[in-house]
Amino acid sequence: MNIVTNRRHFLKTTGSLAVSFSLFDMSLVGAQQAAPVLPGDLKTSPKLSSWLRIEAGGKVRLLVGKVELGQGILTAFTQLCADELDIEPARIVITSGDTFLVPDEGVTAGSQSLSYGGVAVRQASAEARAILLDLAAKKLGVEPEKLTIKDGTISAPDGKKATYWELVTGKELEVPASGLAKIKPTAERRYIGQNMPRLDIPAKATGGQIFIQDLRPEGMLHARMVHPPAYNAKLLGLDSAKIEKMRGVVKIVRDGSFVGVIAEREEQAIAAAEALRQSSQWELPATGPSSETVHDWLLAQKTKDLFIKDSPDKSGAVPANTVEATWRRPYHMHATIGPSTALGTLGADGVMTIQTHSQSVFETGAAIAQMLDMDVAKVRCQHVQGAGCYGHNGADDVAAEVALLARAIPGRPVRLQWSRNDEHKWEPYGSAMVIKTKATLDNKGDILDWTLDLWSTSHGTRPGKKAGNLLPAWMLEKPFELPTPINNGGPNYAADRNGIALYDFPGQKVTTHFIETFAARASSTRGLGAYANVFSIEGFIDELAARAKADPVEYRLRYLKDERARAVLTKAAEMFGWDKWTAEPGKGRGIAFARYKNISTYAAVAMEVAVDKASGKVRVLRVCCAADAGELVSPDGTKNQLEGGIIQSLSWTLKEAVRFDVRGVKSEDWTSYPILTFTEVPPITIELIDRPTAPFLGAGEATQGPTGAALANAVFNATNVRFREMPFTPARVKAGLSA
Amino acid sequence: MPILKVNGQSHNVAVADDAPLLFVLRNDLKLNGPKFGCGLSQCGACTVLVDGQPVRSCVTSADSVAGQEITTLEGLGTTDKPSKLQQAFIDEQAAQCGYCLNGVIMRAKALLDTTPKPTEGEVRAALDGHLCRCGAHNRIVRAVLRASRD
Repeated sequence: MNIVTNRRHFLKTTGSLAVSFSLFDMSLVGAQQAAPVLPGDLKTSPKLSSWLRIEAGGKVRLLVGKVELGQGILTAFTQLCADELDIEPARIVITSGDTFLVPDEGVTAGSQSLSYGGVAVRQASAEARAILLDLAAKKLGVEPEKLTIKDGTISAPDGKKATYWELVTGKELEVPASGLAKIKPTAERRYIGQNMPRLDIPAKATGGQIFIQDLRPEGMLHARMVHPPAYNAKLLGLDSAKIEKMRGVVKIVRDGSFVGVIAEREEQAIAAAEALRQSSQWELPATGPSSETVHDWLLAQKTKDLFIKDSPDKSGAVPANTVEATWRRPYHMHATIGPSTALGTLGADGVMTIQTHSQSVFETGAAIAQMLDMDVAKVRCQHVQGAGCYGHNGADDVAAEVALLARAIPGRPVRLQWSRNDEHKWEPYGSAMVIKTKATLDNKGDILDWTLDLWSTSHGTRPGKKAGNLLPAWMLEKPFELPTPINNGGPNYAADRNGIALYDFPGQKVTTHFIETFAARASSTRGLGAYANVFSIEGFIDELAARAKADPVEYRLRYLKDERARAVLTKAAEMFGWDKWTAEPGKGRGIAFARYKNISTYAAVAMEVAVDKASGKVRVLRVCCAADAGELVSPDGTKNQLEGGIIQSLSWTLKEAVRFDVRGVKSEDWTSYPILTFTEVPPITIELIDRPTAPFLGAGEATQGPTGAALANAVFNATNVRFREMPFTPARVKAGLSA
Repeated sequence: MPILKVNGQSHNVAVADDAPLLFVLRNDLKLNGPKFGCGLSQCGACTVLVDGQPVRSCVTSADSVAGQEITTLEGLGTTDKPSKLQQAFIDEQAAQCGYCLNGVIMRAKALLDTTPKPTEGEVRAALDGHLCRCGAHNRIVRAVLRASRD
């Protein structure tokens, strides 16, 4: 896998003969029949050559807008392409996330890369294969049905052969996809559904050049930022004259409250940034919410109320009881292990080239162009892998900052890496939330009306082609305003993701109380609102089951009609040994379920915990998870994602909460924001229910919600105390147990 | 001007004495293995071996280890010819983003050098100071145990 494709080389090897060709003559489809709907991102980028090029040297170049985040997506795309194009995976070279070269596939997020990108790669590969087969048929004088293909070589029954590389001489793939090429049936797939080893792991395990941090273009300079001490702080003064003369300092760039320094060496940039920080004076805002008051703050704000579900019980049954509960989630960090990094170069051609690990290269590039007041066609973003991001972290901001710095020193590549402090304090967090649940019950404890109200700030402030979403743009002398956030994507999508319970209650009402301002900077964090919404729904139903003296699995099944949902829930219970489990003092079991977004992967998580009542320490002893992610491209890759989600969610739920006040974020390193460590990670078993004929369902975020809820339910089971505010730190649990 | 012995080769490095070893390895010797994670000795991503001992290169000056044997991830094996330990990580698919792998593998190397047949608990304890955010922990532990078995 090459890291960055050189454009000149690329154009040279793709050929340019002007042959107009279309295998599927649309006139034959018939006037009354609508053209087939193209799958996923093929709809917006239908030209086959946007996705695939038959290249010199027996290679096939796959061009994708979706990017590798450590989730293994480029390996999955390789599997899909290899199968549908009938070539060995080693022939495939991938260019991913280069805005000058690849189809615009929007953002790599929301567990949608297979659902939108995967289906496009698969269909484009099948279409290309059909075209190649037809070219061979003409060349060899044999009907296509009689030809066989092996690794790009097409053979006729008489032994005559033609390879893809002989057949494509020009623009044969510069045609729109027809949507008519058939994808292979399950039995003919060689790579899809198999555990093909990830393409990127060998380099990562041996120090190969694969991360953005490993790029070292000739003449590269190093930069560091001097970020404000707190949100909305204004730079009053900076004594930079002496610092300009420090060893290795090339340039100090100041624009309003934006301050960065460029130096010859990395340690020189760090020293100069520290000296600048010492010499800077800032005006801090007088008042503002803090992490300690944020839940009250959320409830006190003016809200935009969205009634996302309103279907009351019409049975006329008279409630015997009403139960209410309130659930709280703090701000969480993405907390990448490798601080955000970008490289920027303003070329002699006036093009600003940015190497970035952004999830949204096109939209971020457009936002940066607006910030720099440049033509969007003159800003090129090239994706290069960074450390895991789990959503919208500092990646886009550091790309915007490096562009501001590189603009000040044309012709020199500038590399900016954030410090640990920068990343912890300035990335946008997952929003704090308050959720209130209420149920009316009949005299047997069964649910009549279920009501959920949620309060949240935005979960979506990605660049979205707007400079005002970029951190440095707020700090400029002529600042860009943060656009008023919207709860985008319709009901059950963002703050209210999974807010609507999948259970068939007689009545259900869900209201989103959306807050258009911020207590702390927030944006998309793995699962968005789903983590807290599932935490509260699955905690509340567990509470109602306990009141009804019903088994939590059986009680859920009363309301769960979807067969695939029932299957994962019962499977997780069976894996755990739910029916055989016997209670011991200090130990507890919990289970929870959700279908991510109510349209994606089904996941149920069961776990056992031990709670030390003296210290309040919760220890997770084991976790079992059953999931249904539709058709599986890589079962091991799916398990890896689900397991990673479980561990991250355990970390959030047990340990994590961003602390901040008006003077700034106080969670500024791994000591002040601890995460789960090796000795705290429990054994985890995962089983997948494969559905080879069902659509792909993304699995990257499916276990966040069920894990947190199962943990809470297990702690309740162990202690008989219901904890409704995360995280379950020893101090909080101890206080709760002695209350 | 420290003379650094890295992966068996001596390098005369023209940097200030207090330059962090990590930046000398990454920026002057162009090694990709050791990673910048925190600069605070908290996450372990920058770990290298100095005379066989795991050391956090982000808080170690290049000068302080002059003349000692420094081993980085590249010193264990190459992408084409990985070491047994590195191969075990590939076989177990023990990564998601893989940014923490350098530190994890170097710490595991130090463990296996002194404790060739560690228990699972010993592996976890050895790696406890290495942070992984993707949740690849159990795969990583399996990879280390696999390397100790094979």
